[in-house]
Amino acid sequence: MNMIQNLPWLFLVLPLLVAAIDWLCFSKCPKTAATLSTLSAAATFGLCIAYLSGLQTGIPGVYVWMPTASAALDLHLGLITDDLAMRMMLVVTGIGLLVHIFSIGYMKGDSSNLSRYFAGLSIFMFSMSTIVLADNLAMTFIGWEMVGFSSYLLIGHWFHKASAADAAKKAFITNRVGDFGFLLGILLTIGVFGTLTFADMGNVSGTAVAPALLTAMVICLFCGAIGKSAQFPLHVWLPDAMEGPTPVSALIHAATMVAAGVYMMVRLQVSMGTEIFTETACLVISTVGAITAVMAAIIATQQDDIKRVLAYSTLSQLGYMVMAVGLLAGEAAMFHLYTHAWFKALLFLGAGAIIVCCHHEQDIWKMGGLAKRMPLTVLCFLMGTFALIAVPGFSGFFSKEAILDAAIVNHPTFFWIGAGVAAITTFYMTRLCLVAFLGSARDHGAEHATEAGPTMVLPLLLLAVMAIISGYGFMADKLVPAEGFTAPGFHFGFTFYVSLGALVLGLAAAIVVYGWGKRERDPLAGNFISKALRNRLYIDAIYDKLVIGGIQECGARIIEFIDFVVIRGLLVQGISWLVGRFGVLLSWLQCGSLRAYSCITGLGLLIIIIIIAL
Amino acid sequence: MLIWLILIPVIAAALIGLLRMPGRATATVAAAIMLVLGVAAVLCPAECSACLSTFCGQPLQFSLVTLLSKAMVLLAVLVTFAAVFGMKAPDSNAERSWAISSLLISAGAIGAFMSDNILAFYGFHELALIPTFIMIGCYGRGDRRTIAWTTTVYLGLASMILLAGLLLLCAQMHAWTFTGLADSVLHGIRPTTPCLIAGLLIIGFGTLVSLFPFHTWAAPAYASAPTPIAMLHAGVLKKFGLYGLFTLGMTCAPICNELFGSWNNLLLLLLLGNILWVGYVTVVPTRLDDMQGNSSVKHMGYICLAFAAFIASAGTNELALNGATMLMLAHGLTIAMLFLLTGQIESQTRTLELDSMGGLARKLPTLGFLFGLAGMASIGLPLLANFAGEYTIFVSCFEDWTPGATLATAGCDVLGCSCTWLQNLPWGIGCVFGWIIGGFSWIISSISTLFGGLGAVQVTLVFALWGLVISAIYMLRAFRTIFEGEIANTSERATKLTKADLIAAAFLAAFIVLFGIAPQLIMNL
Repeated sequence: MNMIQNLPWLFLVLPLLVAAIDWLCFSKCPKTAATLSTLSAAATFGLCIAYLSGLQTGIPGVYVWMPTASAALDLHLGLITDDLAMRMMLVVTGIGLLVHIFSIGYMKGDSSNLSRYFAGLSIFMFSMSTIVLADNLAMTFIGWEMVGFSSYLLIGHWFHKASAADAAKKAFITNRVGDFGFLLGILLTIGVFGTLTFADMGNVSGTAVAPALLTAMVICLFCGAIGKSAQFPLHVWLPDAMEGPTPVSALIHAATMVAAGVYMMVRLQVSMGTEIFTETACLVISTVGAITAVMAAIIATQQDDIKRVLAYSTLSQLGYMVMAVGLLAGEAAMFHLYTHAWFKALLFLGAGAIIVCCHHEQDIWKMGGLAKRMPLTVLCFLMGTFALIAVPGFSGFFSKEAILDAAIVNHPTFFWIGAGVAAITTFYMTRLCLVAFLGSARDHGAEHATEAGPTMVLPLLLLAVMAIISGYGFMADKLVPAEGFTAPGFHFGFTFYVSLGALVLGLAAAIVVYGWGKRERDPLAGNFISKALRNRLYIDAIYDKLVIGGIQECGARIIEFIDFVVIRGLLVQGISWLVGRFGVLLSWLQCGSLRAYSCITGLGLLIIIIIIAL
Repeated sequence: MLIWLILIPVIAAALIGLLRMPGRATATVAAAIMLVLGVAAVLCPAECSACLSTFCGQPLQFSLVTLLSKAMVLLAVLVTFAAVFGMKAPDSNAERSWAISSLLISAGAIGAFMSDNILAFYGFHELALIPTFIMIGCYGRGDRRTIAWTTTVYLGLASMILLAGLLLLCAQMHAWTFTGLADSVLHGIRPTTPCLIAGLLIIGFGTLVSLFPFHTWAAPAYASAPTPIAMLHAGVLKKFGLYGLFTLGMTCAPICNELFGSWNNLLLLLLLGNILWVGYVTVVPTRLDDMQGNSSVKHMGYICLAFAAFIASAGTNELALNGATMLMLAHGLTIAMLFLLTGQIESQTRTLELDSMGGLARKLPTLGFLFGLAGMASIGLPLLANFAGEYTIFVSCFEDWTPGATLATAGCDVLGCSCTWLQNLPWGIGCVFGWIIGGFSWIISSISTLFGGLGAVQVTLVFALWGLVISAIYMLRAFRTIFEGEIANTSERATKLTKADLIAAAFLAAFIVLFGIAPQLIMNL
């Protein structure tokens, strides 16, 4: 095993080492910690570029992590360096690097411990790379749990705020619920394939196994994606996760980690073969995706917090990708994942710049007229918006077309759902831009807004370029995480006209309702529909009150009561009480009183005499 | 050399007690020597097997051959060092008694883990229990007398049941040492009343590891005991029960299914009681020490699950054994660290009521970091030691499973005939057991068919996995309440951690991380 061969291990070792050093050695000097973390992100990005431009190093060494008697089951750590993995790494390290740079500007002047923040980012880079490069499901699971952990750390970065601490906890526990299914799916995979290594799965034909078991296995594995990619019904943690610093939202809760579920499912389709995905399983997956896409898009139309709008739009776009996975269009899903990563990171970082410049104001109804005050940021944000609402020619347009094309062939219902979601997406994004950027400032924060500093604008510009061009063949063919991908380019078919129609419809509706930024408050607010949407369709409330407050808390209290009263009280104390009483009873027999003894003796004699006499 | 591992703590205890030497310092030196000796003994075990004399007419021999006993001795020396180094007694007399008790508990536990002689194995554990009771009675928190007596009677009874089981087994197998037992098995000697023996052993050992429903002694005892005693008991001594079950299972591997098999399905039900029932009990508490005690009970369920998988495979499932070893070691380190930190939190804030705490991490970030690390380890975060153990146990449950193969028998005979006597109990009790068992069988068989024929162990695992969610709930909730949010009045009192506090906790943390990153260090021992 030589050094060059093991070069990909740097993707994992470097950030992990940096995180440890940041945390243990530089907790008092945040500048060094920030520099170290950013350098490590830059190094991994450079390495990734080197790989994509043709660096060949052979297969990296395998590290047996937990040896077992049967070699098939031992937990080893190995890396995959195929196109799917390495191109995904480009997204991760590329956006990771930009977010590191952006963070330096964004977190300037923050009083919290910045070393902890950058160590958290580095742990995230390590864990995400573990998921992407893992050559077996067990290792994926390790990364899976670790990204959950780093997300917990970073959402709860301002842990003195109750809302942030609660959001972090909610995110971790909700993900654990998904992981319950995921782990079960992994164990079933051992039963079905006898191995967890992706490369060996193709050798085993799964057709001999009962389809019901395959369905169960796929759905269990999909549970992991439901948790991590925040699909219905476990989507509740993602909007709350916006309590974390905005660069974190961009990196983890928009571009990379939440897309890990999609990546994992596509990885499974590639290595297990699509025939493992039974019809039922596929239907379940795409239905979950479709429900999430529609629900989140509708909720987004009535959100006022700029980050929440983006969070729901992320949910909705993830629903799109998951739908594509269920339609067995893994390439389309990865294409959308790739374009979405760039433009959504752009939108979040743009939102972050806006928030900082408006003195930490997040309500769009208190902004207004920002186009004049910070034109560069707003221009970048608009590029991201155009990509998201799929304006023809922008990157998001091509990837959305790819998914819609796949849907119309396989399942027309999902095609129309997708088109509808596209229209709603256009509506709420246009609403956001009209309200926040046009008209005049509605509050002090927006009045005094000025353009952000260079460490913040530079990443925005780079991402804006990616949001425009990343869908074209010259980039997409080399960068989209899929084997032998060719960009679809323009083709003026049925789907083109439908999505153009959706775009125009959404734009027109938003302009009619919100005008050119002259409205002071939302004309759609106030009725019961708006109220339901603002309360997130009451799903969070139902979970809090019914599932957590009702079933879990009451159940736990009842169990604790029974445990205390019946087991500890009645059984244990009861038995000891009985034994004690019995002792007292016996102790009367030897009370030591001569009179009592003589009485008993006399009584006994009397009884004997009576018996004999009778 | 092995004998010194037992003699050194005893000698040190005698020095402290008789010559009135300073408690913590002497104990720390002794623990440091033990640490070096212990690690050396674990790393080069070949020369470390010596026959000393006889005990109850049988050779008294210490050996460190199996992976399990090596890991346990390692655990014992590590936790002993942290416990005595980090102890903070109210006065010097208390410090002496704490030090003496800690050393004696440690000596007893190490003796039990190394003994080949079955009666000595039992006796050492009894020796170690005595100081536990005394310490709870003299220095405990809360209603210490009652708790001390309850624990003493409870564990005393369990030990008697266990002794009966061990004596029966030894008498019927004509062997009084573990090596002799293995020989007897090879020579075809079989126990005549396997069901009775296994029942006594499972109840006896089970009570010692707080197997549901014999778990109620544990949480109050740990909550009451002084910190080093709680660390040593929960971390090290409690593992005796599982150590005993696994060692007997390994020695009698060819016949272990005959011996324990008829109880296996009941054991599965009981361990789910540990994981789910006690898990939900853990969600409720309002005091941190109660929560830690219950969480320690809950985690025992996973190790019992490994034992059930081991038995179900008729002693061929090495993975279960490895996983259990790893988890016992990891859990010992983690729970010891958690009790240590609980003690530190109490000495800083002078309360353990969760409602009155908050924001401690802003006052003491290092304490927050250490508690977070231990908490994350205890809920099974990868790269920390517990994950390696838990994951291996989960996989081991599925090792023997081939889809579809068990369809014919799965579910129907889940609880076996061994439970009929339970259902025949008078006064309606049998009826209740009948419902429980019937309901459980029905659930198992439906899940089993849903997933293409899972066996009883696998179905139990499906339920057991939910425990991962439960542990995240209570641990994160505790962390959130104590360390995050607004700074509460109690946290205002917090000053600084002493060097000793830090070193003791960091010492354990270092090994949790080390074994988490490189579990093969243990697995390849």
